[in-house]
Amino acid sequence: MSILLTGDSKILVQGITGSEGSFHTKQMLDYNSKVVAGVTPGKGGQKFDDQIPVFNTVKEAVETTQANASVIFVPPSFAADAIIEAADSGIELVVCITEGIPALDMVRVYDFLKNTSTHLIGPNCPGVISPGIGKMGIMPGFIHTKGRVGVISRSGTLTYEAVGQLTKRGIGQSTGIGIGGDPVIGTRFVDALKLFKDDDETDAVVIIGEIGGTAEEEAAAWIKNHFNKPVIGFIAGQTAPPGRRMGHAGAIISGGKGTASEKMKALEAAGIHVCKSPAEIGSTTQKVLG
Amino acid sequence: MKIHEYQAKEILKQYNVPVPEGYVAFSVEEAVQNAAKLKTDVAVIKAQIHAGGRGKGGGVKIAKNTDEVHRYAEQMMNMNLVTHQTGPEGKEVKKMLIEQGVDIEQELYLGVVLDRTVSKLVLMASTEGGVEIEKVAAETPSKILKEWVDPGLGLQPYQARNLAFGLGLKGKQVSNAVKFMMSLFNAFTANDCSLAEINPLVVTKEGEVLALDAKINFDDSALYRHPQLAELRDLDEEEPLEVEASKYNLNYIKLDGNVGCMVNGAGLAMATMDIIKLAGGEPANFLDVGGGANVDTVRNGFKIILADKNVKAILINIFGGIVRCDRVAKGVIEAVKSIDVHVPIVIRLEGTNAEEASEILQNSELNFNVASGLQDAAEKVVNALTEN
Repeated sequence: MSILLTGDSKILVQGITGSEGSFHTKQMLDYNSKVVAGVTPGKGGQKFDDQIPVFNTVKEAVETTQANASVIFVPPSFAADAIIEAADSGIELVVCITEGIPALDMVRVYDFLKNTSTHLIGPNCPGVISPGIGKMGIMPGFIHTKGRVGVISRSGTLTYEAVGQLTKRGIGQSTGIGIGGDPVIGTRFVDALKLFKDDDETDAVVIIGEIGGTAEEEAAAWIKNHFNKPVIGFIAGQTAPPGRRMGHAGAIISGGKGTASEKMKALEAAGIHVCKSPAEIGSTTQKVLG
Repeated sequence: MKIHEYQAKEILKQYNVPVPEGYVAFSVEEAVQNAAKLKTDVAVIKAQIHAGGRGKGGGVKIAKNTDEVHRYAEQMMNMNLVTHQTGPEGKEVKKMLIEQGVDIEQELYLGVVLDRTVSKLVLMASTEGGVEIEKVAAETPSKILKEWVDPGLGLQPYQARNLAFGLGLKGKQVSNAVKFMMSLFNAFTANDCSLAEINPLVVTKEGEVLALDAKINFDDSALYRHPQLAELRDLDEEEPLEVEASKYNLNYIKLDGNVGCMVNGAGLAMATMDIIKLAGGEPANFLDVGGGANVDTVRNGFKIILADKNVKAILINIFGGIVRCDRVAKGVIEAVKSIDVHVPIVIRLEGTNAEEASEILQNSELNFNVASGLQDAAEKVVNALTEN
């Protein structure tokens, strides 16, 4: 089994006719993901790639195709609305790829989602992949391989780097989750770890954090008390200067808080196998698995 | 995006947040003229730079008469102001805020910020005004009062009262503080701020509540819906190379080392800086060329990296997911041919079509140092430094 994206997931793509949405929908289909519908307001009735029905609204798409998972590729100014529309239509898993959504929009979205059963991944993330089942997002499928290690990361290409190292050593992945690089995200490390805890087919978890915020420290505290599978960790930004936003909206050391060294210390104190070098994620995981 | 104190106060005034009377001056003459407009004899002259801790560095002076205004303004204009936030190189003062004097009864702290642990805005207040709030938070966290704001409701007056009474305010001070907080919160959300800090917030002898200093940052992702705020950007306050890079849509941050790096993705870019350091080098920059990594972005990336004279070697680290490495390799070759790259280049391409890319690079007449893996790349680029 995998988490979030499973054999039962029927995928809807919001923004399917846009350039990003259409390109990545093709990639998702090539990876055998079960894409059942697309939504672009005003383009209802069309067929994407001669096979996927396009709807005007999420509600209509859900009623017709029973889609229960949605991946969002709409521009930042429309993304908060798209997430809420998906949740309001009862979609259980929403993955928002969009980068650059205003933080105050996400504060309202986060608050709205608390009273729904929707699980939001992202925004500003590569998405979710369950090798052998499918992917919802923009990560390259071919570097992944089916297996028993979970991956949770705030980054995009650095996650590919980590997964690449695992696959090269023959270590497969159960599910890979890019939780996103923004200050307000739907699923944090702890939320994702809770799901991996109950997954019989995940033996260990790799977490890739970065400077900014305290989500890694919260994860460390939770792991110490609640998680009994081995965890391997890496924190990016050990050389990042304070007060500067390093690409991701959430990657900033402010008021002396959110440094890589603090995070690494917290992870180590919780018994997590912390890699100092990003080149050692694969080898460390191999050692831990024995 | 950061703005100056005088700009922040102009915005606050529009939202009925009380600020002292003041005028910005771009010259000594203007400073004297502005001081004459004030209702008080005393004028406060404040250097306008994007950094805190100005007072200790000589960036805030109190003038009792016109002669003193002239003297202090002359000292301050074009001075190189060094504070704990500017770094040792300091920042040149090009503008000053000339403000009325205020009879201060009490100095407090008030701030609005996003609390990432709960994904809500939080209003923070403290009796420890005028000092660094991070220090208060670390040493005496109980002296910081907090009210988290429900995103659907916004700040409620009772929450402002909780803070006002918590600060020990009395009578008219309380109602003035509540009005101040409600207005500040309104200004924050209306402009998509990412930080609003009033330090110190002062209570005057007459019971008024005023923003003696004001720091406002805006959420860059929300600037598209506030076009008027873009005009407040002061390019003098930014690193010239970073300004140049932003024109090419490149995400570049200058650092102090000598190994330039060009990477796709912010997380991988940070990790690349880290591994350079671990291998014994010092990164010269953070540079995320984004998902595309085509000829133009690579060429512009080279231009920016090489404009930093400290750079003695360059590491290109691309993990090709959707972007094909053979295309990146061709882009790098074309870019290098079109500009004069006089330092060694180490390239590591991984992912889609990485092998073809490696062949293309090896077979080009250009002298690339092709690395396999992150560790190898870091070692090769650090070796290239010593060989040169």
